[in-house]
Amino acid sequence: MNSAELKIKAAQIRMDLLRMIHGAKTGHTGGSLSNTDILTALYYRVMNIDPARPKWEDRDRFIASKGHSVESLWCILADLGFFPKEELKTFSQFGTRLIGHPNNKVPGIEMNTGALGHGLAISVGMALAAKRDGRGYRVFCLMGDGEQAEGSVWEAAMAGAHYKLDNLVGIIDRNRLQISGSTEDVMGLEPLEEKWAAFGWHVVSVDGNDVDELVRVFEEAPAAAGKPTLVMANTVKGKGVSFAENVPHWHHHVPNDEELAQALAELSAAAEAWKQEGQVR
Amino acid sequence: MNAKPMDSNSINAKPMGTKKPANKIPNRQVICETLSELAREDRAITVLASDSRGSAAMAPFAKEFPEQFVEVGIAEQNIVGIAAGLAHSGKKPFVTSPACFLSMRSIEQIKVDVAYSGTNVKLVGISGGISYGALGMSHHSVQDIAVARAIPGLAVVLPADRHETKRMTEALVGYEGGVYVRIGRNPVEDVYESDEYEFEIGKAVTMREGTDLTIVAAGETVRVALDAAEALAEEGVSCRVLNMHTIKPLDEEAIVRAATETGHLITVEEHSIHGGLGAAVAEVVVQRRPVPMRIVGIPDEPAIAGKTSEVFEHYGISAGHLKQIAHELLGR
Repeated sequence: MNSAELKIKAAQIRMDLLRMIHGAKTGHTGGSLSNTDILTALYYRVMNIDPARPKWEDRDRFIASKGHSVESLWCILADLGFFPKEELKTFSQFGTRLIGHPNNKVPGIEMNTGALGHGLAISVGMALAAKRDGRGYRVFCLMGDGEQAEGSVWEAAMAGAHYKLDNLVGIIDRNRLQISGSTEDVMGLEPLEEKWAAFGWHVVSVDGNDVDELVRVFEEAPAAAGKPTLVMANTVKGKGVSFAENVPHWHHHVPNDEELAQALAELSAAAEAWKQEGQVR
Repeated sequence: MNAKPMDSNSINAKPMGTKKPANKIPNRQVICETLSELAREDRAITVLASDSRGSAAMAPFAKEFPEQFVEVGIAEQNIVGIAAGLAHSGKKPFVTSPACFLSMRSIEQIKVDVAYSGTNVKLVGISGGISYGALGMSHHSVQDIAVARAIPGLAVVLPADRHETKRMTEALVGYEGGVYVRIGRNPVEDVYESDEYEFEIGKAVTMREGTDLTIVAAGETVRVALDAAEALAEEGVSCRVLNMHTIKPLDEEAIVRAATETGHLITVEEHSIHGGLGAAVAEVVVQRRPVPMRIVGIPDEPAIAGKTSEVFEHYGISAGHLKQIAHELLGR
């Protein structure tokens, strides 16, 4: 996909996830909107995957360590054909496999996550196995910024650098908000980039809602041989919906009918604008 | 009273009886040797340690198989997460870490990354129970069985001696799924003559037949149970001994048979009296075949300091105390 197509896709995924959350009357809206561009860049451009062969041995792996922002992921996996799009209607309903966190009973999901601070250690194990087996796949692990307070993140950070896992890319969805408020008020994280650098990672800071930037840094990695990459994706929580952006209670606020209509109108307009720009180019 | 003839379905062991040769080989060393043998053929076998290769007796493995060994440092959450990632990528990871830390610090990783995600990770808790006798409650693991058996799908195994440890290790390599294993630190007396017996995860071993009562034991308490049964025999009491090496999935049929055929049960374990072997057996007994039963183990308190034999004696995990309880149960 080219740049405009990726941006249109991201807008479409945001509309899908808002409809899904509205229908289910539950969901982590803010975080899913903030990570949509990251997932769009990975799934539609960067990662070497095949929806027809979800267990293909040489596929790139994606681990959603911030498992609660699963809505964008469900919508993308459905859009790519890992499972029927129709199934999105069952999100969070009785007996569904599309629960509020990644569930590896669903094709395309590698591991069950949801408890924070687990994903990076798992990713280290996968990347280490690739190195030892001489396989070329890469492992992408998306973490939350609030998640950085979990000590286990830093245990895994040490191990990733120790084993020189340059096939591992950690991504922090740095939207600066967690459920109780600003990450810096709840438990100060800064200087976060310096911390990761001090742990031996190659740190790259980008606008995490700019798919072009994201594609560039993901494709450049590993920019430093023998070092894992940490992409600090500076994002806006609630991105793409004007009245949800940077509003803490949208962490798991469910849009009402009016909010949904307005959000869809904003996103359709954005998609239309990208379509025209794409044609102009 | 004489033991009834052996039941071919349940008797497959060659217990040592009262013969007690001095065994100098700890179970942890047996795991290392057995895995080393298998790892030469099976390159997926991977051992992980948390600065514990010495205490796990895994240094020889680490030296011979650097590409099948992963050191994570003192980080028990990390060791389980990394093991899950390795397992997901086709490795057969064996996590070797002190039971006290592995069963507590890592329990969320065990619950989510191993049990919930369904990864093929073997968790070997070393120096379990009160092996670290004088180091205090921080280093005792007498809640680990209770915790591990509450995790859906996680098997729980305690081998009784070096022969069983060998058989168990071989079985674990071929067993797909999460298993928590607990072994002690020091060499334990043999309860089998050799490793030539039928070992199957989930199937109890009848170490000794008996008709008046049954003692159910696991791990290092199997020896204690056998000694008690021998002493009881001298007094005319016929005592069956079940080695419940697998506490989950539990061999319910062996328990129901014992309750039905012997009418009285005693469990003995190197674990809290809450939630361990005694609780697991009681769950079966009360629901399927209620009979008088007693649970012997560590009471609800920080365990006293001392050598294993001293601590066992203090809490009545001894042949003498088991004999006394047997007489009380039988009303003699």
